[in-house]
Amino acid sequence: MGKWTRRAFIATGSVAGGALLVGIVIRPGDRRGELAPLVAGDGEHLVHAWVKLAADNSVTAIVPHSEMGQGAQSALAQMLADELDARWEDVRVLEAPAADGYANYALAKGFLAGGLDIPRVLVPTVDGAMMKISDLMHLQITGGSLSVRTTGVYGMRVAGAAARQVLLAAAAARWEVPESELSGKDGQVIHPGSGRSAPYAEFAEAAGRLQPSATPTLKTPDQFTLMGRSVPRLDIPQKVTGAANFGIDAQVPGMLHAAIRRAPVFGARVQRVDETAALAMSGVHRVVTLDDAVAVVADGYWQAQQALDKVQVSWTATEVDGIDSDGLFAQFERDMDTAVANGDEHTDLAVGDARGALARSDRVVEASYRVPYLAHACMEPMNATARVADGACELWTSTQNPLGFRYAVAEALEFDADRVTVHNAYMGGGFGRRSDPDYAIQAARLSAAVNAPVKLIWSREEDIRQDHYRPAVLSRFKAGLDAEGRLLAWENQFVDKHEPAEAPHVPYDIDNQLVHYADSPTHVPFGPWRSVDHSQHGFFTESFIDEVAHAAGRDPFEFRRDLLDAAPRHRAVLELAAEKADWGRALAPGRGRGIALQSSFGSVVAQVVEVTVAGGKVRVDRVVCVADPGFAVSPDGLTAQMESGIIYGLTAALYGEIYIDNGAVAQSNFHDYRMLRMDEAPVIETHIINSGAAWGGAGEPGTPGIAPALANAVFDATGTRIRELPVGRYDLDFRIEETDEVG
Amino acid sequence: MITLNVNGTSRDVDVDPTTPLLWVIRENLALTGTKFGCGIAQCGACTVHLNGRPIRACVTPVAAAAGQQLTTIEGIGDGDALHPVQQAWIAEQVPQCGYCQSGQIMSAVALLRDNPAPDDAAIDSALKGNICRCGTYPRVRRAIHRAADAPTGATATVQTWDPEVRHG
Repeated sequence: MGKWTRRAFIATGSVAGGALLVGIVIRPGDRRGELAPLVAGDGEHLVHAWVKLAADNSVTAIVPHSEMGQGAQSALAQMLADELDARWEDVRVLEAPAADGYANYALAKGFLAGGLDIPRVLVPTVDGAMMKISDLMHLQITGGSLSVRTTGVYGMRVAGAAARQVLLAAAAARWEVPESELSGKDGQVIHPGSGRSAPYAEFAEAAGRLQPSATPTLKTPDQFTLMGRSVPRLDIPQKVTGAANFGIDAQVPGMLHAAIRRAPVFGARVQRVDETAALAMSGVHRVVTLDDAVAVVADGYWQAQQALDKVQVSWTATEVDGIDSDGLFAQFERDMDTAVANGDEHTDLAVGDARGALARSDRVVEASYRVPYLAHACMEPMNATARVADGACELWTSTQNPLGFRYAVAEALEFDADRVTVHNAYMGGGFGRRSDPDYAIQAARLSAAVNAPVKLIWSREEDIRQDHYRPAVLSRFKAGLDAEGRLLAWENQFVDKHEPAEAPHVPYDIDNQLVHYADSPTHVPFGPWRSVDHSQHGFFTESFIDEVAHAAGRDPFEFRRDLLDAAPRHRAVLELAAEKADWGRALAPGRGRGIALQSSFGSVVAQVVEVTVAGGKVRVDRVVCVADPGFAVSPDGLTAQMESGIIYGLTAALYGEIYIDNGAVAQSNFHDYRMLRMDEAPVIETHIINSGAAWGGAGEPGTPGIAPALANAVFDATGTRIRELPVGRYDLDFRIEETDEVG
Repeated sequence: MITLNVNGTSRDVDVDPTTPLLWVIRENLALTGTKFGCGIAQCGACTVHLNGRPIRACVTPVAAAAGQQLTTIEGIGDGDALHPVQQAWIAEQVPQCGYCQSGQIMSAVALLRDNPAPDDAAIDSALKGNICRCGTYPRVRRAIHRAADAPTGATATVQTWDPEVRHG
């Protein structure tokens, strides 16, 4: 069952920050000595492992998270620089090496947090039994919208404040003044009494000999100089010139290029290969068979891809060769029915007596929803460059989990992990996909096979067909209403529970709730997809609450609001969204407006979507988005992530479907796996509430609410309730009669 | 041997003339700012200019570019000075992952050359061939409008971003 353990690891990877505390014994000691050679250059002094101060007074934030466009590296540097009182112009980012000292668990229990309580947000949310302890120790994941709210809050801020404190202490000793008389400003130590000031760099070496406090005094929000300001992102200038280095841009002397084709049916293996025609082609070095894949290694990528097309491969037969998505949904239906009939479904949430309350309800509303498999479709297809030589492996790639890749590649090559080095570049999109090391392992094995450095690039077709998909899910609901239209009971049954644990739960005050699920495993590999389980459950729960509101004869915004007396933060977000969207203002026939509320990854988001439905087609005109992340470290960065999450979610809701046909993925490229384009992009208005709640995430919370807000808007416009995604499946015709606008 | 004129410089490449221009640009010329996204002219990540016109390098045989003026993202600035479109991209903080942005910028530069003051419909038409999975479309649109309003010709310094432009 090793394979399934790995799958489970992959599936839970994006919330791995929550999995870091399970019985791990942390290696004691100061990490400076070990890490200094990895991150400090000549003439540079490592203040401690998260900050580097150079002789030119530049401050480098050593960030244990990778950059996929979410802006985390800049936001983390911003948090550190603010506590350090550095000048933003002097701040640089260095991505931390793939070393155990930078694993997520090290943050949770490492010396920076050594004297602090374990942050509640890090309490495990994954099924510990499914995850090997060794996996936990080697995670260096960027996902779960965790960077700012864990590494930033518990790492970078503490690191910046601690660094400032040792610099001031070193200055106090040299100037022979009390430390309390010194302060930091714009990268300088200042002594107001004497008017003296000097750059931090002058004290770096002395400060490096001091032990920083694990519990330095942090700033209060009124003291922030950089946090809360939209400072320009550090990675953007190089991304407008073509200079930014992505995984696919790796250049290694003597490198060959490889194209690969993996078994289209998941689980099939190579049976027979005829490589004659391929080997006869110009530039081709080798045809390599890797258990479940065939690759061509050639001088150039195009030669490799052309030759691969000429390789004749037959694959082994499997038990799933005849499976299609319709059959999988039929399986879900059966397994859900069986679980209920046998009374062996898993209870996820039980409040009051939902079934009893349903039995005495005046009216029961029932609906069943489904969502398809989805691919990530990162703009940069999966790729990795490996050089395996002399019992060591060097890897150039882009990954959300560099340390995990290092260990996975080491395991595949049967090397010790210290023989594997990972160079991580910018990711051309991640969205959860780049937490799975399959492509890196392939590149390493190919390099070992041909005894040369190899750059492996997946074709777009391979990228779409060999993903770890957002799972297809079926979800059924019952709601009980009394004679006055009050919501008495909520029952929800779905297939397969992953992460985060709270994704199926609604914020509404309902006395009787039963949420339960049945297991219904399939052969289709799954993994975290932007917002993970929230992406499907957000659609299910916020569509159904809308149906219940309409069944109760209530306005869907007011119905939600009235169930949020005990959740003032949610209520404030919802109310502001309705206000900013002019909720209640009449729309022309053929237009509609829908609302949804979602809480995920520590942030609360409400969205109002306006659509026009004409000629059976849905056009999204406008999205009003209100986000409460507790505190927005970079308001513009948060806004960008809301825009991004909305368009990612709209693409999926309007067009996204991976269909399993004869055991394999039917789609292949952007012509049959459609993306939202410029001419379809709505106007998006984002409003931020800094409520002061515990700081939440940004990269994912914009996604889960957009599909239900869209579906609810389509209902408002047409009277057609969208219970299956994508919306493109429906033949929509707008109502000719007056729309019954909410007023 | 095929002679290409890339960003004003003549370069000889010894490749099969049917090789897509994209791979010649990336592998033979080592200009990696031009990206591979789909291989079938669906995403626009490989957009370059041939005689000033935007083309998809992934489906253009290198032979078709022989003797023509080829411009990549590395060649649109004036020395170290950024093109006004690139400056507008920084000002509007457009890129997220950044992978598609070379193609977006190349399409925008071509649009503005033809139409110095495009309306939203013109932007839609010129940019709808460039997919962005990070959803930067609203910012791409704003940046094109900003560049259209800017004085033409590259300026000597990179603008720093004004955080007061939008959100508070």
